[in-house]
Amino acid sequence: MALLQIAEPGLSAAPHQHRLAVGIDLGTTNSLVATVKSGSATVLPDEHGRSLLPSVVRYAEQGDVVVGYAAQAEQSRDPNNTIVSVKRFMGRGLADIQDVGRSPYRFVDAPGMVQLLTRAGAKSTVEVSADILRTLRSRAEDSLGGELVGAVITVPAYFDDAQRQATKDAARLAGLNVLRLLNEPTAAAIAYGLDNGAEGTYVVYDLGGGTFDVSVLALSRGVFEVLSTSGDSSLGGDDFDHRIYCWILEQADLHGLNAHDTRLLLTRAREAKEALTEHADTRITALLSDGLTVDLLLTQAIFHDISKTLIDKTLLPVRKALRDAKIGAADVKGVVMVGGATRMPHVQKAVGQYFGQTPLTNLDPDKVVALGAAIQANVLAGNKGEDEWLLLDVIPLSLGIETMGGLTEKIIPRNSTIPVARAQEFTTFKDGQTAMSVHILQGERELVSDCRSLAKFVLRGIPPMVAGAARIRVTYQVDADGLLSVTAREQTSGVEASIEVKPSYGLSDDDISRMLTDSLAHVQDDIAARKLREAIVDAEGLIAATTAALAADGDLLAADERSQLDDAIAGLHSAIATQTTREVNAATQRLSQATEEFAARRMDRNIQQALKGKHIGNL
Amino acid sequence: MSTDFTQDHFALFNLPRRFAIDTAQLDSAWRTAAAEVHPDRYVSGQDAEKRVALMRATRVNEAYQTLKSPVARARYLLQLAGVDTAEETNTSMPAAFLMAQMEWREAIADARAAANVDQLEALSQQLRGDVKGLEAELGSALDEQADHAAAALAVRKLRFLEKLDQEIGDAIEALLY
Repeated sequence: MALLQIAEPGLSAAPHQHRLAVGIDLGTTNSLVATVKSGSATVLPDEHGRSLLPSVVRYAEQGDVVVGYAAQAEQSRDPNNTIVSVKRFMGRGLADIQDVGRSPYRFVDAPGMVQLLTRAGAKSTVEVSADILRTLRSRAEDSLGGELVGAVITVPAYFDDAQRQATKDAARLAGLNVLRLLNEPTAAAIAYGLDNGAEGTYVVYDLGGGTFDVSVLALSRGVFEVLSTSGDSSLGGDDFDHRIYCWILEQADLHGLNAHDTRLLLTRAREAKEALTEHADTRITALLSDGLTVDLLLTQAIFHDISKTLIDKTLLPVRKALRDAKIGAADVKGVVMVGGATRMPHVQKAVGQYFGQTPLTNLDPDKVVALGAAIQANVLAGNKGEDEWLLLDVIPLSLGIETMGGLTEKIIPRNSTIPVARAQEFTTFKDGQTAMSVHILQGERELVSDCRSLAKFVLRGIPPMVAGAARIRVTYQVDADGLLSVTAREQTSGVEASIEVKPSYGLSDDDISRMLTDSLAHVQDDIAARKLREAIVDAEGLIAATTAALAADGDLLAADERSQLDDAIAGLHSAIATQTTREVNAATQRLSQATEEFAARRMDRNIQQALKGKHIGNL
Repeated sequence: MSTDFTQDHFALFNLPRRFAIDTAQLDSAWRTAAAEVHPDRYVSGQDAEKRVALMRATRVNEAYQTLKSPVARARYLLQLAGVDTAEETNTSMPAAFLMAQMEWREAIADARAAANVDQLEALSQQLRGDVKGLEAELGSALDEQADHAAAALAVRKLRFLEKLDQEIGDAIEALLY
């Protein structure tokens, strides 16, 4: 379809410059970074040619932060300071973490999200993830030879708002401009669909290291429409390792292992699982710290037996997703397998049996998510490919509000296409009530205590009235990243309160800028100069874009509206001349606000022209 | 010439304002409009454009969700005609309908007690037949007879059936998960 071109800030100066953007798969076990080079998506390897970066961070003796294979190699020796599978704890409080004893970490129940005590101090999961992302960022910048315009970061589709927000915060902390948070199965569908010209209803079965997602998508003429999604944000390949680990303990009659031995046996368990993908049996040997030797033979048959319930557990969300999409297993044209754990032959067999067809495994299950994210990043950064395509994603879990009696009232149901907004009116229940507490929840259950609490805020200043007279309109808005913001407004008085849902688990903007400043080696002057430079680049971009828009669609404005815009442009020019960051930003803000109505009219015109084009096309 | 965004959902998608609509045309118009205003198109655009795109995309999705669901579409048509469907307040229903509701509830409770998922699926199928019948009634009440009272009653009935379907769904989920 023909899209009207709108100039982008900074693009006018060098229109043919390729803007460096990457897709990042921040995985539980491994992470990857990919980009689009000369039209095709490719994973960027490290200096040894390895694509994967183990998601392992070690806080070493001299204050060094070691990430990846080198950290992984030390995990048995230094288990307390070597963090693996941190994604499992993203956006979670201590109370959320099942079986704390299973991990060798020393958890600190900080207000908000859980922290891990290391020799470098207490580290939040956001900080640990940021260390992984920082490594991928420098890998990309070294390999591409320049600073990144931005990144698309993937998250499990079943991640709730708190987990998404924590991921976005981690990326910002790593100095990345987040173009979009993209659901992992959707990313896989992009990579798969664009490669295969797929049309019809597809299921993406994504069993990663620590999370399980299933998405049902309708693919047609360049539109990727997610119909439903479901999953389990704490189920993955790690759990298969753990089943083997428990089997080892049972067979060897081991009790009360220390952190080192626990980590060693978990590593042996993972190796055994991988070996069983190719072999009928495998030998597990380990020398424990007390000198005891473990030597066991694990067969495929035993492994299948001890892990069968885990596979069954994945088929429940599959059934749920099909129900929500209102289709049956027979309506599915193809099942795309994603995630390293789908390499296990008995997983493929069970999925094949459920759908009555052989699952599609022709793309590397470890890389497909990063490749899809890279393709999306390339488009979002403004390097338009030849094909136009559109992604319509959904929220995985219903968003609600606490009402009287500890019950949850749903405001936005799960599987709503995003962006989405919904408003609901509430009233006071006591005479003279002047404040109202808004408790934001996510989940499907009726009781507040069974849902995830995202945030609480209070609307104050409601004029005293009799019970039931006030009209408080609460609006939930979910953006294209799947992130929620909430506004409450008393209709008769106009009193308003709003919150960008930075749940009890997130970091505040202040926290992030403090951490960013802490981590910057720049002196103060450098930062100030950089800020002015950035402000001017933004301002010039805005002027260029507005001028181009006026040239194209100036007829949409009345004469006085036009002169207001011209004044705002002139004002910004003079602000730039002052070379003062604050003035430039203020004038940019003014021009930006002045253009809002104009931008709205242009977009409406685009819609109408596109619809008309469609009708002519249909004749 | 600019488009007034206070226009109704039908005008937004260039569809006739009536109950019977071409769903393929609705799908296609939604995708076309969504492609124009999706925030993905404005990631590197100006802030004003980003804000507007979020609002417009939200609006386009809301219009689509409203028109896609027959009961929401009927409720919306009645609202445009100034008729309140009074789903929360008007609880007087024909006796025969209420009787049928009780029978449905019993059938669901029995299947649930027997942990019979297949039976629940069958009930869900059967319910879909009833829903189709009421939707046909809505079509003729709204598009042919302009009988708003009959249409509002059909919307209230469909609301009951929606709740039944939800109960069946909850029962299936409770048994499966």
